[in-house]
Amino acid sequence: MTTETYVVAYEGDDDDSKTLDYAMASAKKAGAKIYLVHILEWSPYSFLTPTEIEERTMRRKEELARAKEVIIDPALAKVTAAGLEAEGVIKYGSVVELVAETATSVGASMIFVGRSGSNSISSRVFGSVPLGLAQIAPVPTVIVP
Amino acid sequence: MNFKSAFLAAPGLAFLASAAQASIDETINTAVGAATGPFVSFIFSPFPGTSFPWIVMWLVIAATIFTLYFGFIQFRAFPHSIALVAGKYSDPNDAGEVSHFQALATALSGTVGLGNIAGVAVAVSIGGPGATFWMILAGLMGMASKFTECTLGVKYRNEYENGTVSGGPMYYLSKGLSAQGKAGLGKVLAILFSIFCVLGSLGGGNMFQANQAHAQITNIVGDYPGWITGVIFAAIVFAVIVGGLQSIAQVTEKIVPLMAVIYCGAALIIILMNIDKLGWAFGQIFSGAFTGLGIAGGLVGALIQGFKRAAFSNEAGVGSAAIAHSAVKTKEPITEGFVSLLEPFIDTVVICTMTALVIVITGVMTIDPDTGLYVWDEAAGRIATVDNASGVALTSAAFGSTISWFPFILAIAVILFAFSTMISWSYYGLKAWTYMFGEGKSKELTFKVIFCIFVVIGAAMNLGPVIDFSDAAIFAMALVNIFGLYFLMPIVKAELTSYLSRLKSGEIKKFA
Repeated sequence: MTTETYVVAYEGDDDDSKTLDYAMASAKKAGAKIYLVHILEWSPYSFLTPTEIEERTMRRKEELARAKEVIIDPALAKVTAAGLEAEGVIKYGSVVELVAETATSVGASMIFVGRSGSNSISSRVFGSVPLGLAQIAPVPTVIVP
Repeated sequence: MNFKSAFLAAPGLAFLASAAQASIDETINTAVGAATGPFVSFIFSPFPGTSFPWIVMWLVIAATIFTLYFGFIQFRAFPHSIALVAGKYSDPNDAGEVSHFQALATALSGTVGLGNIAGVAVAVSIGGPGATFWMILAGLMGMASKFTECTLGVKYRNEYENGTVSGGPMYYLSKGLSAQGKAGLGKVLAILFSIFCVLGSLGGGNMFQANQAHAQITNIVGDYPGWITGVIFAAIVFAVIVGGLQSIAQVTEKIVPLMAVIYCGAALIIILMNIDKLGWAFGQIFSGAFTGLGIAGGLVGALIQGFKRAAFSNEAGVGSAAIAHSAVKTKEPITEGFVSLLEPFIDTVVICTMTALVIVITGVMTIDPDTGLYVWDEAAGRIATVDNASGVALTSAAFGSTISWFPFILAIAVILFAFSTMISWSYYGLKAWTYMFGEGKSKELTFKVIFCIFVVIGAAMNLGPVIDFSDAAIFAMALVNIFGLYFLMPIVKAELTSYLSRLKSGEIKKFA
């Protein structure tokens, strides 16, 4: 009987695989369900060339299909193989905002996020995903090193 | 002029090369001039007894009719347009698709350019400060033309199975008029539009830009053969449009808005530094608009210059923006019309006015201390200026008089604006080309290669008649486009009425 939902911010790299393992272990203990969130970074205020504008719908379809096939589906398979209930979603926008938003909309009790990338220069200047979540997450958030 | 100085200065081989080039120029000029002369003089011919080109009147009358027909939509819908651009009505589930903001920014980068910098200087120095008033008025009216054409651009676009879209006047002219039982007329107008669009894209959207960019570069680094600039520019354009190196264009698309912001910022700083003169400057603009301030052309001169500048700068009614706007993700074509009406506002009412204010406030146009009126330079046919500057040089002098290093930034801005205008027009030309010859890799490549060759020709040669012809072609686009718009405007009206009533009833709702 699933009672809780754990949201996992999932980019699909090696560090995230560790994050997912940790979230799965925790979910098993708590009998929780895993909800994978994969965000394709996108700003409606970025600048595009006329050709990019024309091809945008096509590219978006391709990007979504690729993210589903290469990132979300294998991860979902891994979670369900471990005997856990799992769902996944792919969204466009700002990672931090959308992970927090999804956590609220699915009524999650916890967010799991990897620390990956938080050592780069740009993340030090502009803030990384875990740092951003630390500020706006609506529920307790686990940062997996 | 460039050729003369190069001719005199270059020894040996360069002498022969420039002599040969000059003769090639002459040959082409004579040939093209003879063939296209009647068409060019027809498009730009003035009303009898005036110097007012009828094509400018054609654009202004259309803008006025659309303004009245849609009940001053540009003012009524202005706040809603801002809300649309801010994404307040965008479905979050459509994230990752082209936003209204992106369509607007891309269309703007095709229109903001040399006209805003050089053209305004020409208008104000010939028509006096009063030209600014008429320019703003024409800009405000032009918003209704953009609204009409861009709504139709989205409504009648072609959406293909793979998700790509093609739109623009050629599609709404043929499909829209065919739905009204005028298929033949629609087809003829669409083909005419496409022909003019291809010619305009190669000329005003390409050769003219390459030519002006080269002129700017030689201003900084000194004179050198134009084909070098041409080949470099052509290589970059080739990498973008043929090689698919969109990253280069993306960089430009990012820098161009930044440049526009820096330009307006610098203008604002200059205006604030001279805030005590702002009231006087507006006084000059208003009184000049109705009295001419003793300038040779008087009221009519100011009006012609102002209208002309607005029409040349924001391209409202030309139909080019409808091509750029048609790819946006929206279920309501009218929303793109609302968004596009911001374009003449930003281009003409904001940016062009900034340029005009800086030129008036900084006093680079000579005023007679006794009469308080501008000194007319009979020989140059305009107001006397500091260092006898005109065009870009006058704007540059005005900014430079307060911010000494700004002319360098301005030169870079002109080059980047030229590049982004070329990228936009290469796309407009390509869409018209594929409309006529069909879509397909080899057909597209043919146009793209031709486009790149014309970059080199434009930068290397001083082809007055060719450029005149391409300018005429851009305005011929407006001739065909507006003619079609008169038939199609009831369709836009129906869309508008339906949308506004659903907005009022709450059926169309805000997401944010």
